[in-house]
Amino acid sequence: MTAQRVIGVVLLAAALVAPWFAYPIFLMTALCFALFACAFNLLLGYVGLMSFGHAMFFGIAGYFFGHVVKAWGMAPELGILAGVAGAAALGAVTGALAIRRQGIYFAMITLAFAQMIYFFCIQAPFTGGEDGLQGIARRPLLGGLLPTKDDRVLYYVVLAIFLFGYGTIYRIIHSPFGQVLKAIRDNEQRAVSLGYEADRYKLLAFVLSAALAGLAGATKAMVLQFATLTDVSAAMSGEVVLMALVGGLGTIIGPVVGAFIIITMQNYLAAAGEFVLVIQGAIFVVIVMAFRKGLVGELTDWWKSRRSAG
Amino acid sequence: MFELLGIPPQALFGQLLLGLINGAFYAMLSLGLAVIFGMLNVINFTHGAQYMMGAFAAWLMLTILDIPFWVALVLAPLVVGLFGIVLEKVLLKRIYHLDHLYGFLLTFGLALVIEGLFQWKWGSSGAPYPSPIPGGTNLGFMFLPTYRGFVVVAALVICLVTWYGIERTKFGAYLRAATENPTLVRAFGINVPRLITLTYGLGVGLAALAGVLAAPIQQVSALMGVNLVLVVFAVVVIGGMGSIMGSIVTGFGLGLVEGLTKVFYPPASNTVIFVVMAIVLLVKPAGLFGQTK
Amino acid sequence: MVPVMAETLLKVDGLQAWYGESHILHGVGFEIGHGELVTLLGRNGAGKTTTLKSVMGIVEKRTGSVTFEGRQLVGHPSNEIARLGIAYCPEERGIFSSLNVEENLLLPPVVKPGGMSLAEIYQLFPNLEERRRSQGTKLSGGEQQMLAIGRILRTGAPLLLLDEPTEGLAPVIVQRIGDIIRQLKSRGFTILLVEQNFHFAATVADRHYVMEDGRVVDMIASADVQQNIGKLQAYLGV
Repeated sequence: MTAQRVIGVVLLAAALVAPWFAYPIFLMTALCFALFACAFNLLLGYVGLMSFGHAMFFGIAGYFFGHVVKAWGMAPELGILAGVAGAAALGAVTGALAIRRQGIYFAMITLAFAQMIYFFCIQAPFTGGEDGLQGIARRPLLGGLLPTKDDRVLYYVVLAIFLFGYGTIYRIIHSPFGQVLKAIRDNEQRAVSLGYEADRYKLLAFVLSAALAGLAGATKAMVLQFATLTDVSAAMSGEVVLMALVGGLGTIIGPVVGAFIIITMQNYLAAAGEFVLVIQGAIFVVIVMAFRKGLVGELTDWWKSRRSAG
Repeated sequence: MFELLGIPPQALFGQLLLGLINGAFYAMLSLGLAVIFGMLNVINFTHGAQYMMGAFAAWLMLTILDIPFWVALVLAPLVVGLFGIVLEKVLLKRIYHLDHLYGFLLTFGLALVIEGLFQWKWGSSGAPYPSPIPGGTNLGFMFLPTYRGFVVVAALVICLVTWYGIERTKFGAYLRAATENPTLVRAFGINVPRLITLTYGLGVGLAALAGVLAAPIQQVSALMGVNLVLVVFAVVVIGGMGSIMGSIVTGFGLGLVEGLTKVFYPPASNTVIFVVMAIVLLVKPAGLFGQTK
Repeated sequence: MVPVMAETLLKVDGLQAWYGESHILHGVGFEIGHGELVTLLGRNGAGKTTTLKSVMGIVEKRTGSVTFEGRQLVGHPSNEIARLGIAYCPEERGIFSSLNVEENLLLPPVVKPGGMSLAEIYQLFPNLEERRRSQGTKLSGGEQQMLAIGRILRTGAPLLLLDEPTEGLAPVIVQRIGDIIRQLKSRGFTILLVEQNFHFAATVADRHYVMEDGRVVDMIASADVQQNIGKLQAYLGV
């Protein structure tokens, strides 16, 4: 416990000084993806539901943010709120349908819905089609009090949003609600026989996860000032799975680690073009074949076995 | 010329033919997916990539080795099927004991690798494949390109042969029995692991065969299977994977629905199958031909 | 102990077996001669079914020795074991619902010459012929049991492993099954029968091995069952 707390404090301190050592845009992007991956992992790691269409929430929230800020000229807070609300509403509809099937069907259904949203976004009037929404102005926050033109200032805003989202997930997992979710994950029939309406719990978890993914997506649109089809694509849905998997499913910090690894990798490999896909695919294969617990999970195991051995 | 609801018959029947062709591919691909899932407990995300490999194999055979379409129609599925067998032996067979989602993730990763490699080597803009039977017939109400008519008939034959093979032959009886209780079938003296490998090879070969058939209709490109496999997932959810005939009927039916949508409300043609999926989930969650859960 | 009269067909020695972490068999030993009908008796959880499965090679892990016609079976997968001439009829019967009755009957491949023909099997089980186009699992419990037994007679395997063929069946049907098992013995099949019901077992078998806690603890010939009835009741807890 104390070791964890020490690690937590060190990480937080590192996060606070990071923009003086690393490119803030990179850090903010990574934080958005980290939150996205955590939101995804809330479902897979703690409810046992694999959504293979989470990009629809991430992407649609970006469009909502862009539309509210760019077309309606409203404050970024409202844009983020609209993104979260839009993602949650979409999550309620798709989730209610998807939880009618279990196991691998759930993954296929969410994937199919995400593809539908993708086609919708190509044609819908407010998304800018193939071009997406470009040049979304960075307006100041808090009614003009907080200018966000400076990347470092914006970085702290994004860090605060990330910590809020991360804290929410932490609270969910450690609440009585979270205990029920884990019970459903471990043995759904047993949870049902104990009187829990599993479907309601699953749906609520799905909506929460969608809303948090939306928070990440809207924040990313605020940072990068654009929203495009990439963020609603099936490839993005796969990417978030990869992030959570690399870091470790069912560990709360794992997806954060995974997101930083994948984003860093993409940064360095940007020149490799199509080969990035090959490498990502290969990572999937290697992890499924050999390191199913992910980096954090494997390290924790190694640490535990070392301690019990010594 | 008569018109139907303001739609000229040329357009209507033209789109219905396109729908039938798309449906033929949905049927062939969802069939393979269902057979593989039954035996391997794996949703083969690589299916779209293997379909693309079939088309590519035919194209490479033609452009490099001058092998004509009709030979490639046999040879390409064999080559890609063999590749599937290698995948199964090296990777897939090690994860059958795990949750379904790992098979999904593994085959997703493999699809990325395969499609990425093809894209890297040949780019993502497609290459044309000349029609092996050019020309067509004017049926009065529409013009029917001969090759397209052939594809619909060939797909139907392929689907029915597959159905016959599974429902009416000894090999099919082994497959059905092993899908239910592999341990017992093995205890009767049947080499079930080999049966599983073979099934995967056959399912992959079927995807590749669809790919070869598609080559003269579509551009042969590294990403031709990417979106298709997602639609086929929806088809599989709609039909349920319990019934072979169900997969065939659902595949062709959804193709037609898509074609009709293109005629009457074009903006929804990309999404109509997903809408149908949503409705089926609402009304009959197990799928049109599926057993409950 | 009564000596084994005929030449040994199956010999089990020091057989241990595990399911995951749980150690089920702790050194089982027994043997069966050609043409013999031998039962494994014992309470629930004594390891009878696991013994059959271990002979057949469908447990997760096993050690020790199982020889059939002098050939070692431990270390071989179940499909190879079946091909040597051992046929297995599981407790849950294992009728395939996606196969009709005749497809179920024809499913196990012929492994040796000399098996019964389909016509002979239908003669033995006339019900099955009447319902040959029905879905296998639509049959009554008794018919399913007959199908499960009939299915393995075509294969030509000389050794049959039958796991509780009378379980949950009406007395009339149990009698029919008893007749059939005696007929099979007279046809020269060697049979290893797992039973809970020793009254039934005594009417068909030559000898009985008693199992307790994953070991064979006693052997009683059918002729001696009456003298040993008290001991047997103690073993079986009836």
